[in-house]
Amino acid sequence: MDDVQQPGLLTGGQVTRREVLKKGLIGAAGLTVLPAVITACNSAAATPTLAPVTAAPVTAAPVSAAPAVTPTAGAPTTFLGKLTGALTVGSNHSDASEVAGMGAITTAFAALTGLAPKVNKVDHNTFQTQINNYLGGTPDDAFTWFSGFRMRFFASKGLATAIDDVWANVKANYTPGFSNAVVGDDKHVYGIPVDYYPWCVFYRKSFFASKGYTIPATWADFLTLCAKMQKDGITPLAFGDDGGWPAMGWFDILNLRMNGYDFHVGLMTGANKWTDPKVTAVFTEWAKIVPYYLHGFAGLTWEKACDSLIQQKSGMFLLGLFMTGEVATTDAANKTSVLADIDFFPFPFMGNSFDAEKALDAPIDIWMLSAKSPSLQADLTNAKAWMEFWSKGSTQVLMYQQQPGFIPTASDADTSGYDVLTKKAVSIVSQALKITQFLDRDTRPDFAGTNGVGSFFLNFLNKPTQDLTAFQKSIQDFWDKLPAYSG
Amino acid sequence: MSQLEPQALTPAPATNAGAGVAAPRKRRRRYSLLNRRDKLSLALMVGIPLVIFLIIIWGMAAVSIVLSFTNWDGISAIKFVGLDEYSYLLTSYPDFWPAVAHNVMWLLFFVCFATPMGILLAVLLDRPLRGSRIYQTVFFTPVVLSLAVVGFIWELQYNSQDGFINSTLMALGMVKPNTTIDFLGDPSINIWAVLVAASWRHIGYIMVLYLAGLKSVDPSLREAAAIDGASESQTFIHVVFPVMAPINVVIVVVTVIESLRAFDIAYIINQGTNGLQLLSTLIVNNMLSEASLIGFGSAIAVVLLTISLVPIVLYLSRVMRSEEQ
Repeated sequence: MDDVQQPGLLTGGQVTRREVLKKGLIGAAGLTVLPAVITACNSAAATPTLAPVTAAPVTAAPVSAAPAVTPTAGAPTTFLGKLTGALTVGSNHSDASEVAGMGAITTAFAALTGLAPKVNKVDHNTFQTQINNYLGGTPDDAFTWFSGFRMRFFASKGLATAIDDVWANVKANYTPGFSNAVVGDDKHVYGIPVDYYPWCVFYRKSFFASKGYTIPATWADFLTLCAKMQKDGITPLAFGDDGGWPAMGWFDILNLRMNGYDFHVGLMTGANKWTDPKVTAVFTEWAKIVPYYLHGFAGLTWEKACDSLIQQKSGMFLLGLFMTGEVATTDAANKTSVLADIDFFPFPFMGNSFDAEKALDAPIDIWMLSAKSPSLQADLTNAKAWMEFWSKGSTQVLMYQQQPGFIPTASDADTSGYDVLTKKAVSIVSQALKITQFLDRDTRPDFAGTNGVGSFFLNFLNKPTQDLTAFQKSIQDFWDKLPAYSG
Repeated sequence: MSQLEPQALTPAPATNAGAGVAAPRKRRRRYSLLNRRDKLSLALMVGIPLVIFLIIIWGMAAVSIVLSFTNWDGISAIKFVGLDEYSYLLTSYPDFWPAVAHNVMWLLFFVCFATPMGILLAVLLDRPLRGSRIYQTVFFTPVVLSLAVVGFIWELQYNSQDGFINSTLMALGMVKPNTTIDFLGDPSINIWAVLVAASWRHIGYIMVLYLAGLKSVDPSLREAAAIDGASESQTFIHVVFPVMAPINVVIVVVTVIESLRAFDIAYIINQGTNGLQLLSTLIVNNMLSEASLIGFGSAIAVVLLTISLVPIVLYLSRVMRSEEQ
């Protein structure tokens, strides 16, 4: 699974980031494109050739040039200009804050191009469960989705349209980590990364200070801290696995820490077996902390678990940065300011050779173009303009302002508005040499289904001391019977 | 909906069935033969529903059966794998046998508890009782509520952190925050919690069905029993209950159907995982979700179909037997 980012998501771009930001500022007013010359800057980062910024608004590429799959050698032309016709987009942004963000973005897009896209909003989880029928039926022109195996899966099934020509326009705005995440099995580009969020261990600063707890750097420290918290009558680890997926975050990070990135990716793609003794070691270690989980976790949603952290009933909480959104919601409802008290740290290290990888889950959300949309051929230019629009930091920041748990991916995003937590998250991700997407995005969707691996993990968590050999074999048996995937 | 079912038990004599709408006056003149128009309308009236029925019910079932011998993912080419999906399902899939067990538990719980409770309530409320209608409304309300609301209501009762039951127990000092009863998450008890929630709806449903039946019992039968000196329970057991035979069959059928199609509350609580597996949730999760294991899901669906055929066959054979009589 080469897409899961060999270099850090941001590391590759740290040098150019500032350059790109400058360019972005220069060109921001004129809806500029970063031409190929600047694209080349990635390799020669210090070259100060910022000059050829196309100032005049470029007209949209002619519709007749539709099947432009292979990027031309010349300077790419922007798709953003005055647009006519229609555009439908399928959005899984269903929370109130996300809807507000989408509203701001469609308004900005309409102001720029004169075309107001028709947004087909679907509940986030429903969107996911119906994705097969959606993409195989009559989907919208563009749709929200996830990078990694999940993107490649549908691309390889012929349900997505390659956007190499758009990518040629915008790739300068992305670091290699993001770029790798949107390449399909056929080496074509299928998505525009728009946001990401790292998984870390969250805690309340004041609570740690009042109890005299310190941030655990190693796994041993972590276990000691858990034991101490339990002795103090606090639940060490907030955890709500009602949805089945929060447990995947725990497996991911333990496997990454104990067995390293390469083994983890091999396991996700089927190259390594679930019966491997290395996996046994992960479950054995995991079993040690199951007693520290919030009582009744199997029947609790992650939001309930989050409440227990807010109420200082639990000490620590492994989750994605998006949990800050839940804290903000609770703050607004209770007129409190817990969010200012929330901090996080990277999952502790095991003291082995994989510590240097500083690996973590940092899933990337993307926009894609469908293949079976009946209107796509007519709307192709509009759809590509939409994709290009989303690659701009200025667009992504509109969404970020509404939901700060999701960090913009574009290098030219204005970071001055980032809050403390976002800045810290960016820094942690940029230090990571290996980044994974999250178990249900890194492996095939049928394996990650509700009665798939999530169900197996719950089974383990209910009986952590069970016979692991039989348990692991049951996971591998399930994998082995899935239909062949030709990726 | 349920009102129709009692009629189905005593169908009109077959001789009228076809000619009912075609002009009966003509039939009186020509006893033995149907004219062309009669035949046409007969063919249309029987044929169209038959075609729809065959396509929508048995056509779909047949497709499911065929798909269950494949490992189709919904997108790629269909590949037949014989009985692979079944052998994996029956021997290795860890969620399958718990799901079967839960469906059986659901059936037994409904048959032994929920349905008798509904009948009991119906009998009690059938008596001249002040405020009978209010009670009926109260017991029937859960049936009317949307399932999302039902799931939410029970979530509020059962939650292990701040649910009503656990909060009460905590206030009484019977449990501590870390020893609360995990009604929804503990796989050994959450099925019972769900069965209580499901019964809450089912009891009201059965009550209304049975009450409708009781209202139609000829009052003179009761009077006769009373004159003969029968007690109320004797009257019910020996007079009313036998007279209610058609309704009783409906009740049994409804109970069995409700148990087999049990889905919603379990799905709302945790999508039918972790102790709440049901055949129906397995089908949805494997087949209709992002997983899209059409072949595997179809195999589970065929198992459910096979199980469903048992009560259907029993019911039909009973109906046919009563027709012959």
